Amino acid sequence: MLKTFPKGGVHPPENKLTSTKTIKRLPAPKVVYVPISQHIGIPAEIIVDRKDKVEIGQVIARSGGFVSSNIHAPVAGTVTKLDMIIDTSGYKKQCIVIRTDAKNESNFEEIDFPLKKEITLQPEEIVQRISDFGIVGLGGATFPSHVKLNIKEDRKLDCLIINGVECEPYLTADHRLMLEKTKEILVGIQILMHALRVDRAIIGIENNKKDAIEAFKTLSVQEPRIQVAALKVKYPQGGEKQLVRALLNREVPKNGLPLDVGVVVHNVGTVYAIYQAIQHNRPLMERVVTVTGKKLEKPSNFWVKIGTPIKDLVEEVGGIPEGTRKIVSGGPMMGKALKSTDVPVTKGTSGILVISEDEASRGEPKNCIRCGECVSVCPMGLEPHLLMNLSEKNMFEKAAQEDIMTCIECGSCSYVCPSHRPLLDYIRFGKNITKELQSKKV
Amino acid sequence: MSDQPIIVSASPHVHSDRTSQKLMYDVVIALIPAFLVSLYVFGINAMIATAAAVISCLLFEYLIQKYLMKTEVTIGDGSALITGILLAFNLPAGIPIWMIVMGSLVAIGVAKLSFGGLGFNIFNPALVGRVFLLISFPVQMTLWPTAVENNTTVVDAVTGATTLGLIKEGVQFGETMTEISAQLPSNMDMLLGITGGSLGEMSALALILGGLFLIIRKVITWHIPVTLLVTMAVLTGIFWWIDPEHYASPLIHLLSGGAILGAFFMATDLVTSPVTKKGMVVFAIGIGILTVVIRLFGSYPEGISFAILIMNAFVPLINTYFKPRRFGSKIKAKIV
Ligand code: SF4
Ligand code: SF4
Repeated sequence: MLKTFPKGGVHPPENKLTSTKTIKRLPAPKVVYVPISQHIGIPAEIIVDRKDKVEIGQVIARSGGFVSSNIHAPVAGTVTKLDMIIDTSGYKKQCIVIRTDAKNESNFEEIDFPLKKEITLQPEEIVQRISDFGIVGLGGATFPSHVKLNIKEDRKLDCLIINGVECEPYLTADHRLMLEKTKEILVGIQILMHALRVDRAIIGIENNKKDAIEAFKTLSVQEPRIQVAALKVKYPQGGEKQLVRALLNREVPKNGLPLDVGVVVHNVGTVYAIYQAIQHNRPLMERVVTVTGKKLEKPSNFWVKIGTPIKDLVEEVGGIPEGTRKIVSGGPMMGKALKSTDVPVTKGTSGILVISEDEASRGEPKNCIRCGECVSVCPMGLEPHLLMNLSEKNMFEKAAQEDIMTCIECGSCSYVCPSHRPLLDYIRFGKNITKELQSKKV
Repeated sequence: MSDQPIIVSASPHVHSDRTSQKLMYDVVIALIPAFLVSLYVFGINAMIATAAAVISCLLFEYLIQKYLMKTEVTIGDGSALITGILLAFNLPAGIPIWMIVMGSLVAIGVAKLSFGGLGFNIFNPALVGRVFLLISFPVQMTLWPTAVENNTTVVDAVTGATTLGLIKEGVQFGETMTEISAQLPSNMDMLLGITGGSLGEMSALALILGGLFLIIRKVITWHIPVTLLVTMAVLTGIFWWIDPEHYASPLIHLLSGGAILGAFFMATDLVTSPVTKKGMVVFAIGIGILTVVIRLFGSYPEGISFAILIMNAFVPLINTYFKPRRFGSKIKAKIV
């Protein structure tokens, strides 16, 4: 029996069109647009100015606090502007525009370092380096990684979980990375185990990536402390709480963190970035992005410099096809729909999904027929139909009592509702107001 | 890029291909076997009654929505169609058409639309229609035509009694079960549908077939039908075990009357049943107990319609008290 989380979940068509496509490195773009807020927490502070020359990997915006992150120049070149641009969130954000120096070789070198196994840094040094090198959760949450590694003395921690689930349909960035950088990721896991002082790690991978599971199983034979676990394919298994429950049968308490049950979770992409940072001194300047969609000419996986306009990526796969109605940053279940392709790739961009007419149209909302489908698929044990109702009627206090804040916005409820009710839209709205009300009270 | 505007709506950006309309039409499909049996048993009468109920339900929904409520007309969603079929299934075959029309008016106008339409009604519309007729016209509602030889002619006045009716009468006259059972159809006949009763409750087998289809298509889950039937079997079993000369066996109870029809098609109505699995189980146990109590001790031979309607009224309460377990509300794990 494959492991999985017990309550709720859905299984949308997987549509992993690019799972056999080797990750291709794109040439450095002519101009990069680097937002200063690519992570959860306080935006970074810009420390360069117009006309400054920057080297590749140089810090251009400094972490604004503990829950924040440094931002590095993804290319060598000249700062041409400090501008406000719309990013993948749909809001205007401050951003550093750098024109790539076409003559600087560092922009074009093939970065393929030989595997380096032995770990020389002390745990504290590792955490410091991860913080300095701007590493954030690359699964999409973009939570600064060092925060998760700063564990107070009195906290019990016994297991590191590596999230290789990639449960979103269409996306294959993590899958390809696991296949192509298996050894590096294993060293990355050892680095994290060393930094966290734990001697147990589990890599959780959904069973639709059998090749990746095999690859890790074969390689981890010499490292008994690292386990590889195949998981049943079910969305949202990549959610931290669902993954911890699936792998260890531990339930993270309401409003709690995995650490409350002795676990820290990191995404495989993040682990690879950490390997690069610790073993090869590379700050986070690029990431894997899946560019996909059923109508695209050649859906692909790319190594992309942070700040590359999404337009460039789309051109690379043959352009936006006729009849496109939606362009999504991320996967179809949790991604953000974009207004245009002018926005840049940031640390959290795991994929670009181009959706055509037939898939994009939402059915017209009908009355709730109280079928209970939304309730049975909610992985958090909530009653989405009720929460929507309460939010619609502005009964936020009641909604808070019904645990609206614990919704992980996985979208399973809206996905499954046979009456096409915009459940998550209203729940999000309710959450935002509740958050405001609660912060006013304090 | 095409000239079509780009949509910027929030996630999720995909939807499963289930729609409420598809669910409704699955229910209609599931009712086909039972309908065929009733055609076989009652001939053209079954056709006339079902058509009358369906047409009047659709028509009333259309008229009321269009001219009284002045809202969107939703007769295409399949729900009024189901109400029509189920109402007909709960009536005796020879009932006058004008009564069917009245029952439809009550089902659609009172039980469904006056509550706000599909999704807002508390009581199962078809059952409200049926119970209204049963209370208003007790005589006509309990005239049970028996199976006809030539099932293309309109028959009247060939009436028999239902299995449960026979038992109730017999017990009231002090007969023992051994005496009564001489008049009862065999269990096999009840399973296949050669018995007196409402249009749709003829063949347990055909109904179970339809019910299984609904479970396989995930329109309903097993929770309500199984819990309901098990509750009934256990309760009637206890009485039968204590005094088999006065109480019918559980098998007779399950196969006769509207037990199977009610368990798979009436109690499982999405709108008027609880949303959680826990709630469904409680709801079904309630129906089972009430049905048995009415059958054994009430003045009506059949009680499942009343039982379902009574439990319908408790659904809001059940939904409030039997919530799904919130993730993380009780910490299961210990750190090893
Ligand atoms: S899934 Fe939709 S129709 Fe069913 S209970 Fe939830 S909101 Fe209502
Ligand atoms: S209520 Fe929130 S957690 Fe539950 S299914 Fe909907 S989006 Fe997911």
